[in-house]
Amino acid sequence: MSNPNASGWKPEMTPSEDGLHNGPATVTGNRALMLEEPLLFEIGQLDETGVDLPEPRSDAPNRLGGFDRTDAIGLPALKEGEAVRHYTRLSRQNYAIDLGLFPLGSCTMKHNPRLNEKVARMPGFADVHPLQPTSTVGGALEVINELAHWLIELTGMHGVAMSPKAGAHGELCGILCIRAAHEARGDAREVILVPESAHGTNPATAAFAGYKVENIPATAEGRVDLEALKARLGPDVAGVMITNPNTCGLFERDMKAISDAVHAAGGYVYCDGANFNAIVGKVRPGDLGVDAMHINLHKTFSTPHGGGGPGSGPVVLSEALSPFGPLPFTAKTADGVVHLVEEENAAEFAHTQAFGRMTAFHGQMGMFTRALTYILSHGADGLKQVAEDAVLNANYILRSLEDLLDAPFGASGPCMHEALFSDAGFEGGLSTLDLAKGLIDEGYHPMTVYFPLVVHGAMLVEPTETESRHSLDQFIAAFRNVAERAKAGDEALKQAPYYAPRRRLDETQAARKPVLAWSDAE
Amino acid sequence: MRYLPLTDTDRGEMLAKIGASSIDDLFVDVPEEARLSGPIEGLPLHASEMAVEKHMRALSKKNLAAADAPFFLGAGAYRHHVPASVDHIIQRGEFLTAYTPYQPEIAQGTLQMLFEFQTQVARLYGCAVANASMYDGSTACWEAVAMAHRVTRRKRVVLSGALHPHYAEVVRTMAKFTDDEIADSRPSIQPQPDNSGLISRIDENTSCVVVQYPDILGRIPDLAEIAEAAHAKGALLIAVNTEPVALGAIKSPGELGADIVVGEGQSIGVGLQFGGPYLGLFAVRDPKHVRQMPGRLCGETTDAEGKRGFVLTLSTREQHIRREKATSNICTNSGLCALAFNVHMTLLGEKGLRQLAAENHRLACLAADRLAKVPGVSVLNGAFFNEFTVTIGGNARDAVRTLADKGILAGVSLSRLYPDSEGMDDALLVAVTETTTEEDIETLASALQEVLA
Repeated sequence: MSNPNASGWKPEMTPSEDGLHNGPATVTGNRALMLEEPLLFEIGQLDETGVDLPEPRSDAPNRLGGFDRTDAIGLPALKEGEAVRHYTRLSRQNYAIDLGLFPLGSCTMKHNPRLNEKVARMPGFADVHPLQPTSTVGGALEVINELAHWLIELTGMHGVAMSPKAGAHGELCGILCIRAAHEARGDAREVILVPESAHGTNPATAAFAGYKVENIPATAEGRVDLEALKARLGPDVAGVMITNPNTCGLFERDMKAISDAVHAAGGYVYCDGANFNAIVGKVRPGDLGVDAMHINLHKTFSTPHGGGGPGSGPVVLSEALSPFGPLPFTAKTADGVVHLVEEENAAEFAHTQAFGRMTAFHGQMGMFTRALTYILSHGADGLKQVAEDAVLNANYILRSLEDLLDAPFGASGPCMHEALFSDAGFEGGLSTLDLAKGLIDEGYHPMTVYFPLVVHGAMLVEPTETESRHSLDQFIAAFRNVAERAKAGDEALKQAPYYAPRRRLDETQAARKPVLAWSDAE
Repeated sequence: MRYLPLTDTDRGEMLAKIGASSIDDLFVDVPEEARLSGPIEGLPLHASEMAVEKHMRALSKKNLAAADAPFFLGAGAYRHHVPASVDHIIQRGEFLTAYTPYQPEIAQGTLQMLFEFQTQVARLYGCAVANASMYDGSTACWEAVAMAHRVTRRKRVVLSGALHPHYAEVVRTMAKFTDDEIADSRPSIQPQPDNSGLISRIDENTSCVVVQYPDILGRIPDLAEIAEAAHAKGALLIAVNTEPVALGAIKSPGELGADIVVGEGQSIGVGLQFGGPYLGLFAVRDPKHVRQMPGRLCGETTDAEGKRGFVLTLSTREQHIRREKATSNICTNSGLCALAFNVHMTLLGEKGLRQLAAENHRLACLAADRLAKVPGVSVLNGAFFNEFTVTIGGNARDAVRTLADKGILAGVSLSRLYPDSEGMDDALLVAVTETTTEEDIETLASALQEVLA
């Protein structure tokens, strides 16, 4: 195993009484490169601006209808140099993939290739208006159509709705297709079945679409209980929402049997595609009987997470659900022309049963260009290798930590793209949260914690395929160190992190007396 | 493959450590008949950076970029100059490649930015609290309707006929599944918005009235009058703004009595991008409504040493805690677009925003006056900010297509937005921003005259 600390320097783990680590306090509060940065509202100027625009002319016409804004808005400005410095300083208080391994389970924090960024900024993509005459945006429509083709082929499905803005929006799209399909045949159904291990968006989506949500239990080995599912199916069940690979990092072996049973009972199968990275190019959900699946372009296809979006969530659809997909979408005719299919020309493309429209305009074009760039870079062969390396890396972590940490489903076989551990064996009242905060001091973003809910103190580790073996070994060494401290009941972990820009933050205070905007009275 | 760091030696040694003889051993849970043996047929294989860039550039060149033409499109997406430093900052890897700030000790950069963003949006809208952003204006609009349902426990939604038709269609689509009843109409092609018609549709079962400000035709409705009428019946007023620059010139919806203010933030920092990703803005005037808001909220707190810091808060509203009882299924926000907005607004400041708004309005007035001189063309609007409707005495959609062939992007015809509506064929929506030159205006006016002759 490679040395996790090449310099050999090792900090003291116990801080001095003033909470600083072994050095005098500074007058600025800064600690060398760790710089404190005030809020914009504390340093900006209300009567200045950082752009050069003409002063309003006193003789200018005014056709605002008497609605002139006369109040003080209260928006301070920084000059360009100050603004660049303000945000650069803030940026340094963030962890990011560019800084290191980011093992958030089910989030697929892989490297974001910079060619994607370059392409998205080409003027023909970045500087076109969504309502330009289609004769002037043929290339943009080709991008959407080319990506749609890839998504359909990679999933073995029949159609794809490109407009959903993020994963949860895509889930909603898929569930609304299911509802529209039932309504079209006069078959009102009111229940969606969701496994206990599902992400919270699944039940929230089903409820938002007007369904009752019922849980299906998991087996002792962390998979959907097929018999329990079959027993619950009936004329009131509209469908199931299954995540595959599931949130325990396991492939649902019975997926085809689940689909067959649901279809036999008149329902449809929604697959949460959050974990598609594990199987892209290896398995096609369409071959397993899936009717709808959203694809998080920001996970499997490397578009940046951006500190919380924007995402993009196209939904691939089976032949049964495709007629109900929302507008707009693209269609290529025999002459090679790609058309934008909207409300006005849907009938020409025999798409008269669309359930409606989910958003203004045509979807997350800026994410389509990035995802297509990524897909073309890898090709069909590279994407298969992506899945294989992602699964290999996760199993390497599973087998490198399971002697130390409880892996609830480790004995039943390999995991897919993520390895799941529990907090069993932690001493001294230490928790998963403490281990997570200890990892921060070691220079890592923690894994997903307390999810899935079916495992006590869950820790879900997804390394992705873009980590080298050296990077994995360093992470494993760090993880082992913190895990050993948790198992030894090391009290100091309860106060971690010590070396981050902030110590533990008081979330209770934030929620009890919410301060959600700057107030000049402060 | 340039993005995959494992070597074949690594793979072999790692498989040995795992105790697997081949990679297939790790896919043993996938039924054999579902496993693909090789790369999916009919799809291209991997390609070099140079080859992919060439392919994408060729596709890019098949589009007419706004910068390369006299450009007058709006209708919910506006072309503004974005300072170079905005794009530089959003490409800082620490912002670009960070996740949602669930570990606040190592995400203070994103969190402080969101706190600044929320404050800027609240002030721009004249509201108490704004959230950390939604997908876009249209989805924010629906979420506001859903929130009004929760707050008032009523189901009847009155939409202004002059609400962006895509926004109205999103609301109609979602309402089909939530049993909300939509009272709807088409825009009246008149100089003033039809406030009295709208007000007459508000009743005791109405949860909310949804009004765009400025509206889809560029007119400026009197929100105060509508707010008073809505409140008299116990309904909420939802104001929708698709051009935030306008609020540097006209009164904020909050000041005029709107209860929920939502909108599209794309104009500030984000760019056109063929329709997405954009930036949904969402704010409430009265802090008592905060707990019914959808989406992420960033709040101030202190750390264990007493230092100020920021966290995501009030998450008991959200899906990852409340599951099927959440206020929304929304999971992400539009984080990087919120940063772009935050940085651009910080460069502008109040002074720059007011200058920007004044310049937009000045050029729009110039364009309206010039176009009114074209024979057959008249300006509909009584009032407007940077977008107005003209009737051209001919088919506007055909004119737009003809002008596009001449390299002029003339605006959005109303029949593109309302394909099934009668009596709008000759109406053209024209948007003018600081990026429009007087020469562009002259080019459009003379070309239009030629087309109509």
